[in-house]
Amino acid sequence: MSNILREHIIKLFEANTRLDGRELDEYRKISLDVDVINTAEGSARVLLGETDVIVGVKVEVMEPYPDTPDQGSIMVGAELLPLSNPDFELGPPGQEAIELARIVDRGIRESKCLDFKKLCIKEGEKVWMIIIDIVTINDAGNLPDASALAAIAALKNMKFPEYKDDKIDYKKKTSKGLDLKDIPLSVTVIKIGDKFIVDPDSDEEKAIDARLTVASLSDGTLCAMQKGGDYPLTAEDVSKMVDIGVEKGKELRKLVK
Amino acid sequence: MVYKERRDKRKFDEPRKIEAKVGIIPNADGSAYFKIGNTWAYASVYGPRNLHPKFLQDPSKGILRCNYNMMPFSSSGERVRPGGSRRSKEISLVTQKALLPVLDLNEYPNSVVDVFIELPQTEAGSRCAGICAASMALADAGLAMKDLVAAVSVGRVDDKLVVDLDYQEEDYEDGPVADIPIAMMPNHDEITLLQMDGLISKDDLKKVLEMGKKVCKDIYEMQKKALKDKYKTEVKK
Repeated sequence: MSNILREHIIKLFEANTRLDGRELDEYRKISLDVDVINTAEGSARVLLGETDVIVGVKVEVMEPYPDTPDQGSIMVGAELLPLSNPDFELGPPGQEAIELARIVDRGIRESKCLDFKKLCIKEGEKVWMIIIDIVTINDAGNLPDASALAAIAALKNMKFPEYKDDKIDYKKKTSKGLDLKDIPLSVTVIKIGDKFIVDPDSDEEKAIDARLTVASLSDGTLCAMQKGGDYPLTAEDVSKMVDIGVEKGKELRKLVK
Repeated sequence: MVYKERRDKRKFDEPRKIEAKVGIIPNADGSAYFKIGNTWAYASVYGPRNLHPKFLQDPSKGILRCNYNMMPFSSSGERVRPGGSRRSKEISLVTQKALLPVLDLNEYPNSVVDVFIELPQTEAGSRCAGICAASMALADAGLAMKDLVAAVSVGRVDDKLVVDLDYQEEDYEDGPVADIPIAMMPNHDEITLLQMDGLISKDDLKKVLEMGKKVCKDIYEMQKKALKDKYKTEVKK
């Protein structure tokens, strides 16, 4: 990015405003739709300003991992489609896509909102694998928050297909869903200069010093974090960023019904 | 045997419900989606832009590159593993050949026009939906084109000639089936995509191509309307 734009963005932050006139701790307009893909067992689409993300959930039955014979599992994949950003290229997921998938994965897994034991069909033999795929339609910044929100909303509305005689009948959906004990949500807090912001757009995202993605539960307990960006953070920075993250998480949680 | 009635009560020469929209991906130079029944295709166009790797560059004209991809959750059966398959590579190629004849890339030496087609949800006819969306996205990107490209599958289910086969018709077991995806330049009456799986007589092929031509012309009108509608809403602002 050009220095002149970066300096302009920082100047605006110092005056507590932004390129599009938002407050520093204000999200762009968010819309969340569920059940948008009828070929998926669960799905959600999040529009965060111009950022557009779809998450679809599919299920498979597999052998459990040897160290957890009585537990199913989840798997999160993210594809930064070249359709959604001129800088994204075709090919296997790169570092950025894998980090995104893992941030979303840990936000859900570590929250323990999902009891993996309930995904067991027959101990040692058959368990459900829940596969959560994130795809980007338009990347206008803040993919982690949009993806995490869409992922938990898609999980919340997913319905298992019928499983009979060792076979999944994807055509028959049952009324059985996942029993989520809480709704973990991720908020990425950005540090630029000595200011903290949330929900960066593409230009702001390129100007960041550091970011911290904070996943939290409804009672404010933290369940996962990830620091990014080229610059370090002090313990005091972290404390402030966590506060913002938890507070904003509560706002986002209201959207998940 | 006779094939009496289509599952969704369509007439034999009637496509499923179609919805088209242009300008849906702000990052792209051109974009569109095309829905036909439960099949849903997104397309975005980037370019003309610099082509890498360099050895692919053509100093006399620009090249067109298409990529067709099904999203992991887009099949009603098992998850589609990401990374492309032999099938998706072939469809990418035939899509490219279907679209190239309407473009004039002589003005853009050493450049590429990239077309990305993504299917969030599929139920038969996905390559045709992808071509329809891509053609609108190319027009939206402002490229010089001598026509749009409209595509639909035609074919035969048992004793009936049909347009826009759905999954159940593709898998019909009580008689022979032919599935023939076609793409056309509606103003030139020329065919740019033609594939076929199944059995059909030469006479029936002739007849069914005529049926397809008619539907392609209807699709063309919808594509044109979607392109015009983009600018309608922009003026309102």
